[in-house]
Amino acid sequence: MFDRILAMLAKEFIELKRDRWAMVRLIAPLVIQLVIYGYAATFTVNHVSTAVLDLDNSQVSRALISHFVATGRFDIVDYPSSQAQFNRDINTGTAVAGIIIHAGFAKGFANGAGAPLEVAVDGTNSNTALIALGYVSQIVGVFEQERAPPAVGGGIGAAPRAVNISLQARPWFNEGLDDRWFFIPGVIGTLAMMQVISLTAFAVVREREMGTLEQIMVSPIGRVEFILGKTVPFFLIGFGDVALVTGLGALLFHIPFIGGPLVLMLGSTLFLLAAIGFGLLLSTQSRTQQQAFALNFFIVNPFFILSGFAFPIAAMPVALQWFTLINPLRYYIVILRAVFLKGVGVAVLWPDFLALFMLSAIMLVVSVLRFQKSLD
Amino acid sequence: MSSAGARIAITASGVSRHFGELAAVSGVDLSIARGEIFGLVGPDGAGKTTLMRMLAGVLRPDAGSITLDGIDVLADPEAVKPRLSYMPQRFGLYEDLTVAENIFFYAELFGGAPAERRARTAELLEAAGMAPFRRRLAGQLSGGMKQKLGLVCALIHQPSVLLLDEPTTGVDPVSRRDFWAILYNLRESGVTIMFSTAYMDEAERCSRLALMHAGKVRLCDTPARLKQAMPGVLLAVSAPDPRAVRAALAEAPGVLGVLLKGDHVNLRADSTARAGEFAAILGARGIAYTAITPEAPGIEDVFVALTGAQAAS
Repeated sequence: MFDRILAMLAKEFIELKRDRWAMVRLIAPLVIQLVIYGYAATFTVNHVSTAVLDLDNSQVSRALISHFVATGRFDIVDYPSSQAQFNRDINTGTAVAGIIIHAGFAKGFANGAGAPLEVAVDGTNSNTALIALGYVSQIVGVFEQERAPPAVGGGIGAAPRAVNISLQARPWFNEGLDDRWFFIPGVIGTLAMMQVISLTAFAVVREREMGTLEQIMVSPIGRVEFILGKTVPFFLIGFGDVALVTGLGALLFHIPFIGGPLVLMLGSTLFLLAAIGFGLLLSTQSRTQQQAFALNFFIVNPFFILSGFAFPIAAMPVALQWFTLINPLRYYIVILRAVFLKGVGVAVLWPDFLALFMLSAIMLVVSVLRFQKSLD
Repeated sequence: MSSAGARIAITASGVSRHFGELAAVSGVDLSIARGEIFGLVGPDGAGKTTLMRMLAGVLRPDAGSITLDGIDVLADPEAVKPRLSYMPQRFGLYEDLTVAENIFFYAELFGGAPAERRARTAELLEAAGMAPFRRRLAGQLSGGMKQKLGLVCALIHQPSVLLLDEPTTGVDPVSRRDFWAILYNLRESGVTIMFSTAYMDEAERCSRLALMHAGKVRLCDTPARLKQAMPGVLLAVSAPDPRAVRAALAEAPGVLGVLLKGDHVNLRADSTARAGEFAAILGARGIAYTAITPEAPGIEDVFVALTGAQAAS
């Protein structure tokens, strides 16, 4: 039995070695995607192109505008002179955000009657719009506090602020709320999943296409032996992926790793087994590599979107939340973030480990059973 | 294993297989003795490959039973695998592996002592005329060489039953000769060989053959007896324009079948005595011919007589 698995392994590694571009194909996408995520993928909104229509044209209104500029969040690209021109700026995309300071702003601000300020954002990118709006209220809030006299109004004891709540925000585990800290651990799981599922599926389907699978079927090799020999290399590659992205993440982006390496290794092992199981299942459903490619897309994309990598699972409709239960990436991302940023171990993460264990066991058993040594 | 079982290598009884509506193989009975070279002849789509796959245990029949070396293939497909070698139309080679690595891989799948394997590899490569190509990648071999390498891989574990599905299709004459030399050698050592072919000239090489058509075995006997079994007699009409001869005689009384053969026409007639009548018809129509002579039927003539179909020649 052992000889046959070794023969399979030797064959796989010789094929890998002969394939001159294999290493490039395996490593380049990982590095490129890691770098892209590290540098480009961020929720932070900076340099929003902004149009300002200042109808008040007072000292106070100009001070407010300079506050906007000073934060660096907003770049003022135009000072339109009319409402029509303001609209045109937003319509043409010249500006993503627009601020209209209505006439009477300074007066209203001074006497406490209410200073009319209007903000328009281009909602086609709802995420940017929402975040930009948040910044606007922040900036306006700060401006209000700085400029308003201690006793609002003419000083004749107008309604004082009743309670003064001072918020001291302290985000745990990611004090600086650095988006990279959030993204990179998830990227490890995402990339390893994509690579391992597709490599496994394509490799088995390729044997079917080349006719070598038929040859293997008429040999005494057992299906477990065949599957082991076929998938152990991809398991090792998956482990290499995790190590490479972890190392690069720490080196390039200084992502902290405060948890235990053993916890990560255990989680990665279970996750990779589940991914191999899905890849094998895909291969049993595909006669050609094109079919495998189409199916792969069908599985990997939903897994990615429904993993909690970028979009919180708690905010999804209940039916989709149920679907995420069979998504190995969901559990692995929890483990990755916890190991990197929180430093907790199996004592806390056991539900995720248990889920991954069950998922990988089920997937492997099902795919081995579905992999028949016959052409039916 | 009984003594009768010891002499029979392959049996199939009532073997059938459908693909949807299509009956690819229906009710095939075969009994092949040890040491035979058994041919399965028929046109494309006759069901040869389906039957071969069922014998090899990679496709389950809908009905019927199959034994190989006395082992029930359906009940225990894994038990026959060490004794069996099945070579599909296109043998699955790893194109990124060299000739030697492919052989090594298939040898490892079957196990066996390394020293024995080395000796056998050398012997088979020599017989196939491939010894100088040990280090060449399988993907860089010619079609005939690939097929020979497939045979070497298929034989590396010393099977006692060899199933070859159209092994020489697309193989050049030199490689084909090597191929047959290896097969004859194997028979000497008692290996049972069953092969399918659409080439009628190869059919003449086997000890017995089955004519297969539309999923059924129509006749099964030695080539000589099959030829005798052909209804009627064969008359060869040599003529400068064989098509005109065929047109003139196809409907003539006493003609059972006509087969165009390059420079002559093979007429299957109910009696050799008809030769004079045919000559008269041709003379009356003014169609030139050089001779009308009785001819010994070939396998193709028998096949056409029995099925009405013309196989590849």
